[in-house]
Amino acid sequence: MQQVVFGIVAALIVFAAVRLVTTRNLVHGALYLLAVLAGAAILFLLFLAEFVAWVQVLVYIGAVVVLLLFGLMLTRAPIGNMALDSQTRPLAAVVSLAIFGITSTIVWKTFKGQTVHFSKPNTVDTLGRAIFSQYVLPFEIVSVVLLAALVGAVVLARKEE
Amino acid sequence: MRSVAWLIPVFPLLAFFLIVFFGKRMPRKGHEIGILAIAASLVVALGVFFQQIAHSDQVYERSVTWFRFGDGGRFVELGMHIDGLAAVMFVVVCTVSLLVQIYSTEYMRDDVRYTWYYACLSLFTGSMLNLVIANNLIQMLIGWEGVGVASYLLIGHWFEERANSNAGLKAFITTRIGDVGFMFGIFVLFWAAGSFNIAHITSVVASGGVARGTLTWAAILLFCGAIGKSAQVPLQVWLPDAMAGPTPVSALIHAATMVVAGVYLVARMYGVFHASPAALNEVAIIGAITMVMAAGLALVQDDIKKVLAYSTISQLAYMVAALGVGAYTASVFHIWTHAWFKALLFLGAGSVAHAVHSFSMNDMGGLRKQMPTTFKTYVIGSLALAGIFPLAGFWSKDDIINGAYHSARAGSSVGWFVFLAALLTAFLTAAYVARMVALTFYGKPRYDPEHVHPHESPKAMTIPLVFLAFMAIFSGFLGLPGKLNLFAGWVRFGDVEHSFNLALDAFSTVLALSGLYLGWTIFKLHRVNIDLAKSPLAWFYKLLQRRYYFDDLYFNGIVHPVAGPIARAAYWTNQKILDAVINFAGTATVALGRFVYRDIDQQIIDGGVNGLAQGAGAAGNGLKFWQTGNVQIYAAGLFVGIAVFVGVFLIRG
Amino acid sequence: MPVAWVLILSSFLFSVGIYGVLARRNAVLVLMSIELMLNAANINFVVFNLLLHSISYIGQVFALFIITIAAAELGVGLAIVILIFRNRSTVSIDEVSLMKW
Repeated sequence: MQQVVFGIVAALIVFAAVRLVTTRNLVHGALYLLAVLAGAAILFLLFLAEFVAWVQVLVYIGAVVVLLLFGLMLTRAPIGNMALDSQTRPLAAVVSLAIFGITSTIVWKTFKGQTVHFSKPNTVDTLGRAIFSQYVLPFEIVSVVLLAALVGAVVLARKEE
Repeated sequence: MRSVAWLIPVFPLLAFFLIVFFGKRMPRKGHEIGILAIAASLVVALGVFFQQIAHSDQVYERSVTWFRFGDGGRFVELGMHIDGLAAVMFVVVCTVSLLVQIYSTEYMRDDVRYTWYYACLSLFTGSMLNLVIANNLIQMLIGWEGVGVASYLLIGHWFEERANSNAGLKAFITTRIGDVGFMFGIFVLFWAAGSFNIAHITSVVASGGVARGTLTWAAILLFCGAIGKSAQVPLQVWLPDAMAGPTPVSALIHAATMVVAGVYLVARMYGVFHASPAALNEVAIIGAITMVMAAGLALVQDDIKKVLAYSTISQLAYMVAALGVGAYTASVFHIWTHAWFKALLFLGAGSVAHAVHSFSMNDMGGLRKQMPTTFKTYVIGSLALAGIFPLAGFWSKDDIINGAYHSARAGSSVGWFVFLAALLTAFLTAAYVARMVALTFYGKPRYDPEHVHPHESPKAMTIPLVFLAFMAIFSGFLGLPGKLNLFAGWVRFGDVEHSFNLALDAFSTVLALSGLYLGWTIFKLHRVNIDLAKSPLAWFYKLLQRRYYFDDLYFNGIVHPVAGPIARAAYWTNQKILDAVINFAGTATVALGRFVYRDIDQQIIDGGVNGLAQGAGAAGNGLKFWQTGNVQIYAAGLFVGIAVFVGVFLIRG
Repeated sequence: MPVAWVLILSSFLFSVGIYGVLARRNAVLVLMSIELMLNAANINFVVFNLLLHSISYIGQVFALFIITIAAAELGVGLAIVILIFRNRSTVSIDEVSLMKW
């Protein structure tokens, strides 16, 4: 059952990801990104990371994609056929293929034969306890990073007086 | 009641924040919050106290985990440890603080920072109560430092005058020196016993789980903190200067909150000290030295508050020495009685100063008619301090002398030392008390009658005095000798100490009376007309005047050398030695340089350098086209690098 | 389910992200591709958490942190893109080549 779901979702992700980096239409690109993120969210659900999945839906799909769409509109990017690829495209293809080959070889060698066992899903309760006891310091630091990013984004994007 | 004991420190700490934020908008500028909070604490404290004495064998300990750290489940808790010692301290701290706050409504009436003053008082009291309630060393340290901060703020309350702010700094820095020891002591104990919990540490120590040497070091380091806070030799210099603060603050510092913290620390950690005879001996010796030195100093002060300050140091040394010779109950009992009569004396001194606008006893005299209530209560406090039967000081002081005698008879040479020092101090104490009362309330008025019209202080100031006088008379009856000693049942370490020795008590009383007589004869009746500065004892008088040269030692030995001679030495070294070296090096370099320049540089190096420069330029010209400025190419380089790297490892391994 | 499948999927996603970063001209599309790479990492973390039966859920916690950091990164990145667009009227990455000789 899980394998079937995984297969379908994996196919969706692969398709959407490839279309994202090859599409000629910027807004379509954003929608393909949405599809990839939704697929990842389903994977999280499948791997019993319920809370991460909902955060993915809320933060990524809800906020990040909208932010990207805003970015597209604010930069008045020409929607339609345009040279969306740079001259580095052949180089990019070679490099990414090489990386994929290498990493997948390593992964295959290392994890061959190991299988995932689906145990009882963890609740938000346990995850929350982990974050606010053991990982409370990283959590606080991340919040400071967010604040700094917020301030930085405002300072950068603000119009000069 | 004990289950809500945690409210005792919470009320004043809450009051601190309330006063800071809302105090100025309150009709009474914030003092109602402070007084209400401490009164609530006192109610809880009394409840806890009576419940504790009803179950005096039980220790009530509760805690919550504050945070965890490290592996192996180490944690720091917030908790309370209620035993007889803590219960007694609650009552003392809350009562004295309440009286001081009531007294201050009048004494500080028109102060510019009235609200802030009350906020600091609440912080001070709350920190001390937190220190008392703590069941672990970290929580205790927090209270300890809170007390330090609040005392700094209060001593420097009138910081417009340079001397006052300096006094605050001096108190803060001097006690901080001791605190370093305290912190290291905590670390050593944590390392040795694996916990910050005091009861846990005590049980580990009692079961012999800690090596003797480690234990001695830990105890001595902890005692360093106590030396700083309780102003024992050699860190006693801050306490007299701390008189720069408002007088009610002095009363609070001396009777309940600050200086007792050091003694309390030793008492609370007594399990650790008890297991190390070397550390206990050190405690006893420091106490013995301090009590005599400070009592001597009190004899020559002209400022009434400084007399009391040195008296406090001396009395604290009594408590410390008592702990050192194993008289645990006697020591805590002395904390209890001393708090009442010393608070009484300070508030009385404040009342007098309120009337004559000076703290110098040279501006007082003959005040007993104008200020009858202050006079009566002051005399009661003084006699209690001198240890005259049957006032409070008598019982606790004689418990301590008995304890020292007991230890001495058991074959301890340190015990003899403490015993003799305690007797000498009893004599000196009575003498300076007689001098102080004589100079303040008897004789001819020395204030300027045209400008100063002494009058009795208002009710808000005299009522605390009367209450404290009551306590100064009766609080000692809790520790009657023998089976009647209720206090020993409440607060004890190990077995109950039943030491009573009629002959010894009689002897110490005779000593105290003769001290009183001597002081009275010299300073009131002027029967012995001596000018100390010209007598054969002049050198001793000078020694006392200069405070045994401790301040001079610290300033000339530590502060000035850094500023003066060491700086001069550095300058001299700089001028003479370094300059010579540099000059020589310079001359030699010039000579060498000429040779090098003419023969080597121009001919060989230049050619080489020029060649290299041209080569680099040519290479740069060739390579610069790689710097396209295109981020994607840079990123491609990054990933190519990763691919190559990992690929190489993959193939080889 | 063999864990290698999942890991190969995520490494594919990562490689596609690299391709996007290197090959696309539009800066916003580059940012999107970076999100692909971050998601690949997230999938790995979550599946490793499951594989190792981590009691402290460190994998999931890390995934959450990465999502947070990704949001921060995207905010700053878009701000920079908008700033460049305002100054140079273009979002083509290869036209923004100030850092050259």
